[in-house]
Amino acid sequence: MGEEGEGRPPSEKVPLEKVNDYTWRIPKYKPGMRVPGIIFADKTLLEKMQTDRTLEQCANVAHLPGIYKYSITLPDGHEGYGFPIGGVAATDYNEGVISPGGVGYDINCGVRLLTTNLSEQDLKPRLVQLTNVIFENVPCGLGSRRKDFKVTIHDLDRLAMEGVEWVIDQGLGWDEDAEHCEEHGCMKNANPDKVSTTAKNRGLTQIGTLGSGNHFLEIQKVDKIYDERTAKAFGIEHEGQVTVMIHCGSRGFGHQICSDYLRVMERAIHKYKIVLPDRELACAPGNSNEAEDYYEAMACAVNYAFANRQAIMHWVRQSFQQVFKEDPEKFGLKLVYDVAHNIAKIETHKVNGEQRKVWVHRKGATRAFPPGHPEIPAGYRSVGQPVIIPGSMGTSSWVLVGTEKAMEISFGSTAHGAGRMLSRAAAKRRFYGGDVKRSLEQRGIAVRAASAVVLAEEADPAYKNVDIVAEVSHKVGIATKVARLVPLAVVKG
Amino acid sequence: MPKKRNFEFLEHMADAYIVAYGRDLAEAFENAAAAMFEVMTDIEKVSPEVDDYVEVEALDEHALLYNWLEELLVKSEINEMLYSKFEIFEVTKTAEGFRLKAKIWGEKFNPEKHPQKVGVKAVTYHKMEIIKEPDKTTVKFILDI
Repeated sequence: MGEEGEGRPPSEKVPLEKVNDYTWRIPKYKPGMRVPGIIFADKTLLEKMQTDRTLEQCANVAHLPGIYKYSITLPDGHEGYGFPIGGVAATDYNEGVISPGGVGYDINCGVRLLTTNLSEQDLKPRLVQLTNVIFENVPCGLGSRRKDFKVTIHDLDRLAMEGVEWVIDQGLGWDEDAEHCEEHGCMKNANPDKVSTTAKNRGLTQIGTLGSGNHFLEIQKVDKIYDERTAKAFGIEHEGQVTVMIHCGSRGFGHQICSDYLRVMERAIHKYKIVLPDRELACAPGNSNEAEDYYEAMACAVNYAFANRQAIMHWVRQSFQQVFKEDPEKFGLKLVYDVAHNIAKIETHKVNGEQRKVWVHRKGATRAFPPGHPEIPAGYRSVGQPVIIPGSMGTSSWVLVGTEKAMEISFGSTAHGAGRMLSRAAAKRRFYGGDVKRSLEQRGIAVRAASAVVLAEEADPAYKNVDIVAEVSHKVGIATKVARLVPLAVVKG
Repeated sequence: MPKKRNFEFLEHMADAYIVAYGRDLAEAFENAAAAMFEVMTDIEKVSPEVDDYVEVEALDEHALLYNWLEELLVKSEINEMLYSKFEIFEVTKTAEGFRLKAKIWGEKFNPEKHPQKVGVKAVTYHKMEIIKEPDKTTVKFILDI
């Protein structure tokens, strides 16, 4: 074990061919690989991936039955379970498979961004107060919940079927919010009958909570605008403008659904005689009952996560109202977009010149649809889909925009975040939660956290530089830079 | 009070990588459970006030470890409990695989008393190992956090 947590050495040497400065290819070097692997990274990011099993996992994913073109690893790629985090794989709708490992435990872990019409100066005198009020209003950390937001098991089924709309119907949100979410905040195929009682019980105690780990809520400002026309379309008007970012997922509800269906898929690979190099790639043929059950249960978790972020956003709006004693509408507080980072979808993509219906797995990846795509909100259709990439605590975050190039080379996907550089254990040895808080505060960033340990583990040197991740996405062209955001205040679990 | 701690945290990039030891499988599993709650809080501060029973079954020993830890995680979340003492009094081979029975002790989560560390999302099979030697069993596993 390296003192600075350089990760475990890869268990095998994965051959690589350079395509260009930002694209690398893993040839079909193992007999079971059906397609090659493609890595989008610069040399530094690639070298980091070579210190753990990221590339091996990329090659393993290339074994999935029905996989098209190549197994993709994005610039923020790092070792995950089965799939690398920062992985994309598309398989044929009929001949291919769907794998819960290609989505991950935190189904629809994702992020939403709000704009305000305030500038940094307007907020500054109230920043600490606002941060404290948000920390009071948004439950975060272990076992936290709001006393006034209880859902019954019957409500939970409705929420799982209707997503954001159900939360808005409860008075938590504005009608236009749903339009500005991926899938309009609701996957229609959700079926709560496919979700275990255990998952529902875990879901009941955690709806409307931020959670812990890498999840966070930040008040930010626009640091730099790179693409003015697109920024304007997204409501990003000027540098210094205040924004709010919410990053969390489907909590224990999604984790349990993933776990339950990994068991189902383990049986399925025996039943359908699917041979895989890793237990955690377990999957089922797209046209099987197992696949249908998983997809319907997964959609419930997707909707739960959209609903979760919707409720949290409502409490952020309320917090502005509490602090400024005026209607939240006065400050804008408009939802720019809500994107999923862990999801599987049925989409149509061009493969070898033909339109194909595919299962797209995005695990630690953001959909990045181009201008004109019917799936994106009308207001953004002339510029493309907003792509929101949160950085680590205390660093920058990015707004990018989806492109035609992403449709051509990455099944309409790009990166999702920074990706860790240091293990949690190494970060804890190097940093102390109290110091991390002080150093953020010295930079003028307000901090409230439920756990000092989380602060140390999430200290920003523990992460890859998100600016490089955004830069590689931009250079490759799978989502291009619109604006960079920097934090004014951080709320952590 | 909890038995002497017999677990360590290993290096892992994103998550908690744990090694736990015991004289036999049952003791190693008990220490694995203690380690999982040490990820979430300081288990020294969790009094063994309330007890509960756990029974899990699995096809193989890896799945038994997974199911044991997941059952504790589920109980902890649903009942808003933290656990600090674990006694596995039976691990039997059945026709379908294995069965584990245990008594566990802990108390209701209290943010005033229990320091908050990191929530555990899930148990995983990634790099899971169960190494049996004559007087020692070692288990390694990763928790997704």
